[in-house]
Amino acid sequence: MIDKKELEKIKKERINWEKNCYDSLIKNKPEQKEKFENLSSNEIKKLYTPEDISNIDYLKDIGFPGKYPFLRGVHATMYRGRLWTMRQFAGFGSAEETNKRYKYLLDHGETGLSVAFDYPTLYGYDTDHPLSRGEFGKCGVAVSSLKDMEILFSDIPIDKVTTSMTINGPAAIVWAFYIANAENRGISKDIIGGTIQNDILKEYIAQKSYIFPPEPSMRLIVDTFEYGSKHVPRWNTISISGYHIREAGSTAVQELAFTLGDGVEYVKWALERGLDIDKFAPRLSFFFNSHNDFFEEIAKYRAARRIWAKEMKKLGAKKPRSMLMRFHTQTAGCSLTAQQPEINIVRVALQGLAAVLGGTQSLHTNSMDEALALPSEKAVRIALRTQQIIAEESGVTNTVDPLGGSYFIEWLTDEMEEQTYKYWDRVEKLGGVLPAIEKGFYQREIAQASYKYQKEIDEKIRTVVGVNEYKLDEEPDIPILKMDEKGEERQIKRLENLRKNRNNQKVERNLEKLKKAAEGDENMMPYILDCVHSYATLGETCQILRNVFGEYEEPVIY
Amino acid sequence: MNRKIRVLVAKPGLDGHDRGAKVVARALRDAGMEVIYTGLHQTADMIVEAAIQEDVDVVGLSLLSGAHMTLFVDVAVLLKKKGMDDVLIIGGGIIPDEDVPKLKKEGISAVFGPGTPCEDIVSYIKKNVK
Amino acid sequence: MMNDTAKKVLKGDPRSIARLITLSENNDKIATDAMKDIHPHTGNAHVIGITGVMGSGKSTLICELTRLYRKQGKTVGIIAIDPTSPFSGGALLGDRIRMMELAMDDGVFIRSMGTRGMLGGLTSAVYDVVEILDASGKDVVIVETVGVGQAEVDVIKIADTTLVIVVPGLGDSIQTLKAGVMEIADIYVVNKADRSGVEQTVAEVESLVDITCSGKERKTPVLSTIAKESKGIDELLTEIDSHKKYLKKTKEFEKQRRLRYEAELVEIIRKKLMNFIFDESTFKEKIESLLDKISKKEIDPYTASEEILDKILK
Repeated sequence: MIDKKELEKIKKERINWEKNCYDSLIKNKPEQKEKFENLSSNEIKKLYTPEDISNIDYLKDIGFPGKYPFLRGVHATMYRGRLWTMRQFAGFGSAEETNKRYKYLLDHGETGLSVAFDYPTLYGYDTDHPLSRGEFGKCGVAVSSLKDMEILFSDIPIDKVTTSMTINGPAAIVWAFYIANAENRGISKDIIGGTIQNDILKEYIAQKSYIFPPEPSMRLIVDTFEYGSKHVPRWNTISISGYHIREAGSTAVQELAFTLGDGVEYVKWALERGLDIDKFAPRLSFFFNSHNDFFEEIAKYRAARRIWAKEMKKLGAKKPRSMLMRFHTQTAGCSLTAQQPEINIVRVALQGLAAVLGGTQSLHTNSMDEALALPSEKAVRIALRTQQIIAEESGVTNTVDPLGGSYFIEWLTDEMEEQTYKYWDRVEKLGGVLPAIEKGFYQREIAQASYKYQKEIDEKIRTVVGVNEYKLDEEPDIPILKMDEKGEERQIKRLENLRKNRNNQKVERNLEKLKKAAEGDENMMPYILDCVHSYATLGETCQILRNVFGEYEEPVIY
Repeated sequence: MNRKIRVLVAKPGLDGHDRGAKVVARALRDAGMEVIYTGLHQTADMIVEAAIQEDVDVVGLSLLSGAHMTLFVDVAVLLKKKGMDDVLIIGGGIIPDEDVPKLKKEGISAVFGPGTPCEDIVSYIKKNVK
Repeated sequence: MMNDTAKKVLKGDPRSIARLITLSENNDKIATDAMKDIHPHTGNAHVIGITGVMGSGKSTLICELTRLYRKQGKTVGIIAIDPTSPFSGGALLGDRIRMMELAMDDGVFIRSMGTRGMLGGLTSAVYDVVEILDASGKDVVIVETVGVGQAEVDVIKIADTTLVIVVPGLGDSIQTLKAGVMEIADIYVVNKADRSGVEQTVAEVESLVDITCSGKERKTPVLSTIAKESKGIDELLTEIDSHKKYLKKTKEFEKQRRLRYEAELVEIIRKKLMNFIFDESTFKEKIESLLDKISKKEIDPYTASEEILDKILK
């Protein structure tokens, strides 16, 4: 970026500065730590200068927003053209209760919906399944059938607002509920927009809400890519996620490397099926965490865009739309504390800001009470206001990629990209993503990182305000969300009635047809839709697939 | 004397968040205890069966999904029923303060919420194991 | 007058079995009485020792074997041993979790144990635990050793039938295992036989067998299995049964049992002696002062030992 002579001058002056200003200062006033490390244990220097980015070619490596390699952003105007979507992840209890929360959030200015499902739903069990005992609605909304989906979105304009659904194992089925509900309301599937998370690889690695083994799960995912690109063109059929990998304890570099590695794997499987990369790639989306180390997170998002663009080009993408990475961000749940919960608002503000400076397309900010329970109305409203303040009052949206060109940020972006490729080499040596999962590689890395992090906190090498430092003897009382105790009973009754009043023969027939399709090699989506339309429940439909594909058992790694 | 404290770390129900359980298991091992981690998706029957066969001194339950009032209590009740009265039952995860007294009444001796230093869990066990 | 605990163990009560295992692991004196009462009721169970490096799929294989035994109506006890950390003295006992599908079968008893300082892949209480499970009525007792490779040989002292598990593609695993471990097998199993390199691995093991079994009456069989797909397990069970018959037919069975009792006797005496010398207060101070002297090079360890042993042997 700079010519050699200028660089030499700078180097000389920098050495001068170190000798005369820095060294003399630290003699009497040493720095606070021996080493300053970020959360990925990368050592951070005291100062970054043009020397640190001397190998960077602006036009080739940094470029312009909206153009390959998309380092500075995926659109030419970014937030000047349109703000990120404010999309708060929400769901609890029954469909009625959650529907009310969605309306509250939309009223208060959120611009996209995001559904959190309860554990039974995530695992493809109906509320009345024995394993669902005690779990109904506790960490998300219970959706056991199309009926529940109808209630969940009643009076919500799903033709105008997009919906993201965090669902993985049974994603295809829950997506079918959404599509069927839209169709029943006269909204055509070629205009509905949204996302299904549908990222099974990270389930095996981190979130653990898998159902079937890897091969049939990958097949189902490619089925959704295929179906989506033909029939539901505005839908993102996958949200390749790093959020959960990070929450499970990985470092930022691991989050970056493992997530993008998963992404490349999905593309390879789709290509193997014979799909045209430029047809399905534009609908791949990503989902990252925004953790505490402010600059590391920003560098991470930028590196992610550039790596993805490069890899997609390598895999044969021709359209720019296929190479640009769109992502949603959620601030780090695992960084929030139960102690002095109000200060979580500050953590979330910083993390949200990092995501915006990193160019996210969509953002969820956590509520202050996340370490205690599901968000109360007040807490989620404050979280939403946090985004609105960043958007309207901070001025950071006035220009695209404001930190571009910073010596530190550009250096860190390059560094994280380099380390990502190193991780990919290791995975290659193990035989690829699926063998690495089977061998426990990712799980081991994550367990190591999370144990190291905890030890650093226990040994006070890392400070967590309110937890190992700046503690209070008396913790403040904040109101906790209360859920309707009778919800589980009502849901079970609702399921009973549903099973009584539907055409059970039709259900049987459709389930049988799905079974045949699953045993063969057809795309299963149309069959799933038929089941769903006839009011087969989530559990019933999933059970058919369980019978054909079996269930996954994980290799346990500490 | 070769006595080691034996701990069963269990995740009841469907909750898949195992980061904490694994970190605690390692910390207890580093403190000299023998730790058996049951893995995910355990029913009360499975947990208690393991507790009996492994003759553990402590059963540690981890849950972040909110279902603790049902699932922790199921385990505590079943342990009592099977005559495992001398087992120390402790819990951790996302458990609101106001639920803790109710859990204690059912036999869970202590609840370690987010931010608990591992050392606190270790010393509690060492002090209270029967 | 039989000990109460012993009575319950003989009836098969899981709580009592588990408690007695704990007591004997802790060298508790209460255990000794019960063990005395139990011993006459042992000798019926077929003891299978399973060893092999980490990652060879021992736990999965044990799970599959157990399922087959259960189908035959046999009851199974499993002792899963994991290494105790030499630094902390603690252990992560991670085998049970790999056998979760056996969890609710009351014809299966699984006990996880740490090596607690013993080398050789076993724990010093393992002899007791085998007897306890045997006496409680288990038809088969499987001992899964730690699996660190070279030092795994102790398992032959305790098992009637010893299985050595290898997997293809672990590099020079056969070479490194050659010294001692490979020779203890009554049956070799090449697990994860769907991996590349399996033919080569089988060939290597077979050529090893040719060398070590030349001139012997029985040629050690080499089997291939894919435990996670339940393949090859029937054949394995057949070979195990056939080995048992072979032991009974020849005098090997008694010889093997006698070896076990010898090892057990040695271990009991060793433990008692060590307890006496290092834990009993009469000697503790003496030991401390001797250690001081050794550190200061005023005395050597051999002379020090004579000072202790002379007192005992006199």
